[in-house]
Amino acid sequence: MIIDHPLLGPRDAQEFVYLGDATLIDRPDWQAENAAEAFHDYLYLRDNPAGEHRELWYHEQGDRSWLVVTRNTLTHEITSVELARDVARARGRGR
Amino acid sequence: MNKQINRLNGGLIDHDQSLSFKFDGKRFQGHPGDTLASALLANGVRLMGRSFKYHRPRGVLTSGSEEPNALVELRSSGRQEPNTRATVAELYDGLAANSQNRWPSLERDVLSINDLFSNFLTAGFYYKTFMWPKAFWEKLYEPIIRNAAGLGSITGEDDPDVYDKGFLHCDLLVIGAGPAGLMAALTAGRAGARVILADEDFVLGGRLNAESIEVGGVAASDWAAHALAELSAMDNVRVLPRTTVIGAFDHGIYGAVERIADHLPTPASGQPRQIMWRIYSKRALLCAGATERPIAFSNNDRPGIMLAGAMRAYANRWAVRAHEQVAVFTNNDDGHRTAADLIAKGVHVTAVIDTRADAPSVDGTELFAGAQVIGSKGRLGLNSVTIRTDKGFTREIICGGLAVSGGWNPNVHLTCHQRGRPKWDEDLAAFVPGDNLPVGMTVAGAAAGAMSTYGALRTGAEGAIAALSDLDIPAGVPELPEAEDSPVKLRPFWHVSEGKGRAWIDLQNDVTVKDVKLAHQENYVSVEHLKRYTTLGMATDQGKTSNMAGLAVMAELTGKSIPETGTTIFRPPYTPMAMGALAGRAVGKHFHPVRETPSHKWAIEQGAVFTEVGDWLRAQWFPKEGETHWRQSVDREVLQTRASVGVCDVTTLGKIDVQGADAAEFLNKIYANGFAKLAVGKVRYGLMLREDGIAYDDGTAARLAEDHFVVTTTTANAVLVYRRMEFARQCLWPDLDVQLISTTEAWAQYAVAGPNSRKLLEKIVDACFDLSNEAFPFMSCAEITICEGCRARLFRISFSGELAYEIAVPTRYGDAMIRALMEAGEEFDVVPYGTEALGVMRIEKGHAAGNELNGTTTALNLGMGRMVSKKKDCIGNIMSEREGLNQPDALRLVGFKPVDPGQQVVAGGHLMKADGPVDAAHDQGYVTSAAFSPVLQSSIGIGYLKDGAERTGEVLRLANPLEGTEVKVEVVSAHFVDPDGGRQRA
Repeated sequence: MIIDHPLLGPRDAQEFVYLGDATLIDRPDWQAENAAEAFHDYLYLRDNPAGEHRELWYHEQGDRSWLVVTRNTLTHEITSVELARDVARARGRGR
Repeated sequence: MNKQINRLNGGLIDHDQSLSFKFDGKRFQGHPGDTLASALLANGVRLMGRSFKYHRPRGVLTSGSEEPNALVELRSSGRQEPNTRATVAELYDGLAANSQNRWPSLERDVLSINDLFSNFLTAGFYYKTFMWPKAFWEKLYEPIIRNAAGLGSITGEDDPDVYDKGFLHCDLLVIGAGPAGLMAALTAGRAGARVILADEDFVLGGRLNAESIEVGGVAASDWAAHALAELSAMDNVRVLPRTTVIGAFDHGIYGAVERIADHLPTPASGQPRQIMWRIYSKRALLCAGATERPIAFSNNDRPGIMLAGAMRAYANRWAVRAHEQVAVFTNNDDGHRTAADLIAKGVHVTAVIDTRADAPSVDGTELFAGAQVIGSKGRLGLNSVTIRTDKGFTREIICGGLAVSGGWNPNVHLTCHQRGRPKWDEDLAAFVPGDNLPVGMTVAGAAAGAMSTYGALRTGAEGAIAALSDLDIPAGVPELPEAEDSPVKLRPFWHVSEGKGRAWIDLQNDVTVKDVKLAHQENYVSVEHLKRYTTLGMATDQGKTSNMAGLAVMAELTGKSIPETGTTIFRPPYTPMAMGALAGRAVGKHFHPVRETPSHKWAIEQGAVFTEVGDWLRAQWFPKEGETHWRQSVDREVLQTRASVGVCDVTTLGKIDVQGADAAEFLNKIYANGFAKLAVGKVRYGLMLREDGIAYDDGTAARLAEDHFVVTTTTANAVLVYRRMEFARQCLWPDLDVQLISTTEAWAQYAVAGPNSRKLLEKIVDACFDLSNEAFPFMSCAEITICEGCRARLFRISFSGELAYEIAVPTRYGDAMIRALMEAGEEFDVVPYGTEALGVMRIEKGHAAGNELNGTTTALNLGMGRMVSKKKDCIGNIMSEREGLNQPDALRLVGFKPVDPGQQVVAGGHLMKADGPVDAAHDQGYVTSAAFSPVLQSSIGIGYLKDGAERTGEVLRLANPLEGTEVKVEVVSAHFVDPDGGRQRA
């Protein structure tokens, strides 16, 4: 596969390390009332879609960017590649 | 010397030069341009192998890579290669090949007795016969079957040749250099596009070299040669002969194997045998042509019976007749071409048997329209065939060769490598590429169902123009040369029902029409079941010539159409490939890179014994003269370090530089324990958890400045911890002002441990730095200079439990540093120690390492439960509070000593109470690390014990059922040496 890195252009998937579902960005609030339950769901519950999937890839053999790659799990078509940092900020993560 | 009795004139071989070769030890002559198969046929050799199961005599069926029968062992010793298709083995002078799967000889094969028991050896035979008794399978049945089955053999010697990997990029990859591929490459090449043209053959042109036709008014093979000359002269075109595109992968990536030196006796010096190319293409045009399929009939497997297109190719390209007398059996007009070409070459064609009642007439031989071949004769080679005429009479036709044509199947394989399915074309009675092709791929020529030469040329040009237009590269429409454009005239006919013998479908795996019927009878009707039950299409040829007939017979039996019956899944590689090509140069010591520590050269000089730690090579111990056992060396290193001073290279531990205004806050989130209040100039032990609360890694973090920390990790987790820290920085807390960089390779770091370590370092460290306990106490750190101005970092940390330091210098000074330390330490009798002594000392001190942080244990288990901060957000602290991880009798890290000092504590052993059963239900815990302590003069261990903190003094049994031992051990503190830590603070 080829991943079109937002900063570096097209790169072979071999340069990357795969992590999984991009919902790993949505780490729960540790002080929330239901934190234990929220962390359980965050850690162990994943969708396993046949189709579009947003997932985390790490450019370990490159610039060490974490990326959010939107990939169709049936066709491997990649429709978008974003810097995970931008995605995290857009989802309200900060400090 | 044998004469080439079947050699004709002409063809694409050099009649003036002779090549000598051997088959089964017998010497023959051939010519440059020959394959092993064409040369054997020229010499009148029809018998080339024995079949897989029944050991039936077999000859060549095809003239290409789809060959199921003529498999030989090529070369010898380390280069011996089994199952080489004689049809693609290019002849070279001195070639030596042997037939396979026969004993004692190809003509007299003992196991051909299997053929007499064929009624017992039908489909599913193994599944039915060897079910009982169960124990017999492994001991008896399987060894016998394994010995009898299989085709070729290997010697077990190392392959002496080099295989390479390479990467190529192009606008357009053209797969196959027949008329479609050549025309496509010409069109794209002339347009200036970057083109790669790959073909498995050593003479490019595909069927243009196998036919007697003209293209553009010249012989087709001449037109191909001219096209190739034009392409070779273009800088933007790369022509790859002898290159098989083996698979279509994601996003326009193709795998291709180039056989650089398979046609030479041995590769030239420095030359790889093969190259595995990874081709990145923007567009690909598949011009893979078509494969002819046979018609199954009774005893259709005798040597001499071959595909009509192959027999024609042997005559036209290789100037070889299959036999002096041949006949043709066909259901389509293409079979008539073979008859006409052979007659033109002066071969005696005794008959054309056409299943169609309205078959076109033929000149120069007898035509049997509406007839079928119902049997054949000849023990080791065909003598005659029996036919049933349209009037119902039987006739015997004398022939030593029979050309069979059941039509042509487009080579759709690569179109299906991304799970696409082919679709059925009623006119061709064949599958053609479906709609769901790999991204960027289009198909032209016979592979797309354009079966005429003109059709191939036209679709090749059109395909190239369309592909380039996608890339905004304008391409001119080329003038197409004149060529034959005859339509496909065929009436589907898959197998002859009448006949006494077996009708073979899959020749390599010995699958017959009857086997398919048996599979149907036993309800293995899905194609995937049919394949696995009968082994149809599972041989090295992957059923290229047989799958269609198998499907057709199954369709007939189920009453479904062929497209409803469907095809099995096509997978790479397209043809068999050498494992060596996949491995490339990653063999032996090149399998993974070797990382050497900065003191490596020095350690070699000391005669160190090395151990692999991941990719690193670390000194394990340093034997001294007279020491005969590793324990002597290790014990000495430990005792000398604890008595005076020792030095160990600890560069391999991961080092991560953390800088930024929020560096402390960031570490506070990464580590379970607090870091926000760590003072500048101080070091703190840090424990990292996984988000699920399990202990992950430990190390130290040294605060060199308000906004600058140096974090260390274990050697094993250096890469993983860095990856996780980047994840936390970018994905979890993206607005923290913090930057990370791995500096593992940038600093050479040495542990200097033992009561004299301060005195030693005072000789090295520049005088302006005060190392006294008051000025630089335990857990201090500083940036210093040594040896009159050399930059260094000093950390007062201790893994051994002694007064100890770690000193780091830029890696380029690493070698000088170890030499300087050893020289300065001479007066203290300094000793270098390796990983083994390092391990002994940390067990004596009760420090956890990888064995204790084993992916199942928590901070609580490690005795660090209270370190996990509840007052801050850090990875893992929420989940570490889970009930299941906090049971009152949770495992705790403790030490163990054998009650009888002569006995040994063994790591991995499980702990049981002094009395009672020894089983999993009564498990009390396990030992993680064990060593002989030279200080205590006893074997010791540390490990996890239920409620261990409360059980000091208890005697347990350490059970090792694997080796049948049971040792009584006493529970003690894990800190065997200096439990109150006085030494490290001295």
